[in-house]
Amino acid sequence: MTNFRMNRRSVLAGAAATAFTARSMAQAQQPINIKIGVLNDRSGLYADLTGEGSAIAARMAVEDFGAAAKGLNVQIVSADHQNKPDVGANIARQWYDTDAVDAIADVPTSSVALAINQITREKNKIFLNSGAATSDLTGSQCSPNTVHWTYDTYMLSQGTGGAMVKAGGDTWFFLTADYAFGHALERDTTAVVQRAGGRVIGGVRTPFPGTDFSSFLLQAQASRAKVIGLANAGGDTVNSIKQAAEFGITAGGQKLAGLLVFVNDVHALGLQTAQGLVLTETFYWDLNDSTRAWSRRFAPQRAGNMPSMVQAGVYGATLHYLKAVAATKTKDAAQVMAWMKANETDDPLFGKGTIRADGRKLHPAYLFEVKKPSESKGPWDYYKQLATIPAAEAFRPLNAGACPLVRA
Amino acid sequence: MFELIGIPPQALFGQLLLGLINGSFYAILSLGLAVIFGLLNIINFTHGAQYMMGAFIAWMLLNWVGIGYWPSLLLAPIVAGISGVIIERLFLQRLYHLDHLYGLLLTFGLALIIQGLFRNYFGSSGLPYQIPAELRGGQNLGFMFLPNYRGWVVVASLVVCLATWFVIEKTRLGAYLRAATENPTLTQAFGINVPLLITLTYGFGVGLAAFAGVLAAPVYSVNPNMGADLIIVVFAVVVIGGMGSILGAIVTGFGLGIIEGLTKVFYPEASATVIFIIMAIVLLVKPAGLFGRTA
Repeated sequence: MTNFRMNRRSVLAGAAATAFTARSMAQAQQPINIKIGVLNDRSGLYADLTGEGSAIAARMAVEDFGAAAKGLNVQIVSADHQNKPDVGANIARQWYDTDAVDAIADVPTSSVALAINQITREKNKIFLNSGAATSDLTGSQCSPNTVHWTYDTYMLSQGTGGAMVKAGGDTWFFLTADYAFGHALERDTTAVVQRAGGRVIGGVRTPFPGTDFSSFLLQAQASRAKVIGLANAGGDTVNSIKQAAEFGITAGGQKLAGLLVFVNDVHALGLQTAQGLVLTETFYWDLNDSTRAWSRRFAPQRAGNMPSMVQAGVYGATLHYLKAVAATKTKDAAQVMAWMKANETDDPLFGKGTIRADGRKLHPAYLFEVKKPSESKGPWDYYKQLATIPAAEAFRPLNAGACPLVRA
Repeated sequence: MFELIGIPPQALFGQLLLGLINGSFYAILSLGLAVIFGLLNIINFTHGAQYMMGAFIAWMLLNWVGIGYWPSLLLAPIVAGISGVIIERLFLQRLYHLDHLYGLLLTFGLALIIQGLFRNYFGSSGLPYQIPAELRGGQNLGFMFLPNYRGWVVVASLVVCLATWFVIEKTRLGAYLRAATENPTLTQAFGINVPLLITLTYGFGVGLAAFAGVLAAPVYSVNPNMGADLIIVVFAVVVIGGMGSILGAIVTGFGLGIIEGLTKVFYPEASATVIFIIMAIVLLVKPAGLFGRTA
């Protein structure tokens, strides 16, 4: 409750104290009711990195913003979309039509996110996406009602792909999860590799979800590519990295590029297996003092698990949304979105940033390497930072995404 | 160097061997299902969850009690087997005289509950489990690098499968079991404790699943959904082999592993479906399965 007191103090210290107090009293009598729906995977393979943790992050944003004192009555609801577009779409329609939900947050799994993107636009509400990867959300399918906060396939390929080519990995073989997300990630990474002068010499589309990747890994080994690009996620990534170590592929000199690896995946692999892996994220709990302070408040509520970048993104997006409603004193989607895009974002997890006309949130990305077991000081001490990729380089240029909003 | 259908022989041998390794998991799991179905007439949908439990019990033994991989190979199946005995005594026993469907629904529900409990406690992204030190590294066979651990998996599962087959088909205990299935009333009249025999059989089937789980822990992701991903394939294997046929389960387990492995080379996109295509064909041509007896 320190924030609440701080806000009170700053209000009291304000120069136009009388006028301001009168206005906030008027607000206190008529609070704006806001309902935010956190829609994500609560039971499947992405439940740890999104799930209840994202709902907790949203509640922390409400608390830290001191919403009640600012005349906002915020309610956070949550539901499980089971990674199925039809299930997610049904929940979203019910939320918007009958449950008076104003904004939907998180939504991992690209196919579900694209469905919610469409429905939110249709109902003229607000979509604060953090969990989905596809860069189409701010590209060909961009919407005036959507903010894509945390990361996307372009940024992942730019970060990890670019770094691997720069380090001499100029021939690639892809292991691609055979669905929309995997294809998008492979497409974006191929572009980065070729632009940097590298070559893609082969690839294999693996059924999703998979358990045994040894056969595909041996094909990758036989290709003699310097880099094996893993265009997959979650359990698929964990299994392929585990088995690549087992079959001596990494020991044989070929490098693995985990194109989408979350801190929870590294936790699942253990440092013994994951060490040396290069990956890109936009948030890591141990990045600086403010991320550490926030994460230490988060972890006890999640049985000691540190937050993923997706959960951090839900916090940042919710905070910025609440600021917008408090400032504009309306829930009208167009006005709130205009405020969100016109004003700089500022939160303890991503620092200062902006939201572009196409809905893309801009902030730096970080290239990390997974520590050796001997370098780690304790549980969740997993990454060392190799480089910071400035926001302008990390994300796709505004005019290159084919977003109709930009041309207009 | 000659090539076979565009694939160099080295790659082909490698993939055959990998198929055999995957087939080992199918074989142990489908064997457990076949034993349970053959002797209890229960379609045990909890099997995937029990396989997952095996892997998790091995993890718990290591991280909470400090017991390593080798004792876990024995202890985890025993612990899981005891949980199976409790399930049989509490629930399954009441269903033997009912239609198969009831057993299927009950065990499916139990599987969801068990998975939910593990997910709630351990999360969904999984836990690390290292390969035991004795089996790290591998052999260069010329055509491929064979990790020692995978070699061990094939040997262990072959031994367990053949031992199970031998006990059921060739020993006095196995004869009692088969008699109890054929005619429980008459067998009981000969002074054999049939309910106990059936309870222990279920416990043994569950133990087999848990054994496969411990074998899988170092190489596959140890997470609450690991069984759910695998169990459907294993059911297809059992259907192809013939429900309840012990030898059928073993042979088709290894055989389909190899076919799946080859599909991964020639047309990877279909590798997840090839087993089901074969299942459909077998059901059309020989509805009782390749090794099944027509009722």
